[in-house]
Amino acid sequence: MAERRFNLVCFETLQFPNEPWSLDNYRKIGGYQSWERVLKGELTRDAIIDEMKKAGIRGRGGAGFPTGVKMSFMPRTAPMQKYLVCNSDESEPGTCHDRDILRYNPHALVEGLALESYAIGATVAYNYIRGEFMAEPIPRFEAALKETYAAGLLGKNVRGSGIDMDIHTFIGAGAYICGEETALLESLEGKQGKPRFKPPFPAAYGVYGAPTTINNTQSVASIPTILRKGGQWFADLGVKGSGGTAIFSVSGHVEKPGNYELPLGLPFPELLEIAGGMRGGRKLKAVIPGGSSCPVVPAEKMMTLTMDFDTIKAAGSGLGTGATIVMDETTCMVSVLRRLARFYYAESCGQCTPCREGTGWLYRVLTRITQGQGTKADLDMLVDVANKIEGHTICALGDAAAWPVQSFLKHFRHEFEYMVEHKGRSIVEMLPSVAA
Amino acid sequence: MSAHPPSGKSADVPGVAKPSSPAASAARVELSAHVREEIDHWVAKFPPTRQRSAVIGALHAAQHENHGFLTPEIMTAVAEYLSLPPIQVFEVASFYSMFETKPVGRHSVSICTNISCMLRGADQIVAQVEKKLGIKTGQSTPDGKFYLKQEEECLAACCGAPMLMIDHVYHENLTPESVGAVLDAVKD
Repeated sequence: MAERRFNLVCFETLQFPNEPWSLDNYRKIGGYQSWERVLKGELTRDAIIDEMKKAGIRGRGGAGFPTGVKMSFMPRTAPMQKYLVCNSDESEPGTCHDRDILRYNPHALVEGLALESYAIGATVAYNYIRGEFMAEPIPRFEAALKETYAAGLLGKNVRGSGIDMDIHTFIGAGAYICGEETALLESLEGKQGKPRFKPPFPAAYGVYGAPTTINNTQSVASIPTILRKGGQWFADLGVKGSGGTAIFSVSGHVEKPGNYELPLGLPFPELLEIAGGMRGGRKLKAVIPGGSSCPVVPAEKMMTLTMDFDTIKAAGSGLGTGATIVMDETTCMVSVLRRLARFYYAESCGQCTPCREGTGWLYRVLTRITQGQGTKADLDMLVDVANKIEGHTICALGDAAAWPVQSFLKHFRHEFEYMVEHKGRSIVEMLPSVAA
Repeated sequence: MSAHPPSGKSADVPGVAKPSSPAASAARVELSAHVREEIDHWVAKFPPTRQRSAVIGALHAAQHENHGFLTPEIMTAVAEYLSLPPIQVFEVASFYSMFETKPVGRHSVSICTNISCMLRGADQIVAQVEKKLGIKTGQSTPDGKFYLKQEEECLAACCGAPMLMIDHVYHENLTPESVGAVLDAVKD
């Protein structure tokens, strides 16, 4: 490769083999320069938001909403306390890049939080980190915060600028639903993580009823680099509609699973090659390109796609979190779908009937199919139940439970039919050549 | 955390004390100085009158001190300390999967079986651990040392699959052969 295209943004400190997470190393890549410009009055709120819009960065948490546009929704001159909340409740199955940002470049997140807070008129930011990260990512982030306070870059009236900036860590306690932004706000208030109706949106009524912006970890950690190198520089790394780089968590049946930070718009076959190709030289069967909630894409189609929001969407799926779950020819699609159905069943918060009841139906029907007690009518029932959940719930967990079911049955119905006809036996064991 | 988990937790966990009797539940417990200090640390992060935000942090601290699970008495004490109705603490403890409201073994073992780990052999890891500990998922060992938790979530270490977590520490790239040593390394 002639030009360097790995680790240009959130993973830039990975070039330092020794303690990439330290303040010293972060300083070496120009860390806190943008924040110091804010403190000196050289970088205005409007300039930050303009640069973010120019960068064309879309939220990395799954929904892909333009980050700069979201920032501009805040009533930033309103005379009341405003908040920034960062979503480090990383729990979309297949996704593990925020954990590595917290572990390897926590200062990018700290500086990003300070910069974005200033831009939206907030003086307090909370980073909501999932409880399971208690042993390593949380202490790393906390240590970075401590270093930053000690360096006089956070606190009240920072360096005499008149700017107040406090950042707090919040620790969750195990609930996928808290990755949904309004459930996260409820959780931050010390309640059960049950999503709120929208509108009002968090920019109008967020944590404690105050204007709040919520962004994903990777989105926030990208801000310092964007401001240092320019929105146009970032946008040009990617493609139209998908500015910049993204961290692809490539997992499953590849030789070298890993978090690869690469330009958006990269052809999928190249990403697969970077991840070492298919494990054991087996044949690719299918890919879930954006975390388990995104519809599955069969191999043939996937090999023609590039990894950006618009292309993956046009193919009937979503780039989501950039989690790329790779499945080879030995994968039983019925078993995989049953595992996913169980996940959504267990994680449904229970407040909307279609999701609370429907996810249970999906799991039970799929279980009876794998136990050899399924009928042909069950396959239509699965799709019917999924259709009745989709779009009928307060939050997107219902859709996330429905999409895998609809897409697995659309593309791999023959595997489900085979299992029903053969009393729970999988086609990949009985007829491997046909299944592949 | 669902209102109706796919497999009900066994009410009678081998190897650990039975849930307190009604007589015992009337007894009050005092939070230790350390737990109170931890709770104060959490309360300080939030605006005045927003101490409810500290419930999750408080429960983590209290559960940790009680070797891995919460009792009604402890939850009541947390509520009193935060000046909240006890229900606001109970409902949080029952909603979030990291809180145990029944007695369990001291060391919590969570094996990720979600999609990325499943594709790389998580089921064999579960089988191996169940065999080694002599218990099924959801149970605690008779000596009260291990609790093999039914983990529903993905633990976000998908590129190191299959993996498990013991007392919040991640162990990645496991094999059925290597997982035994991970358990053996847990002290007491």
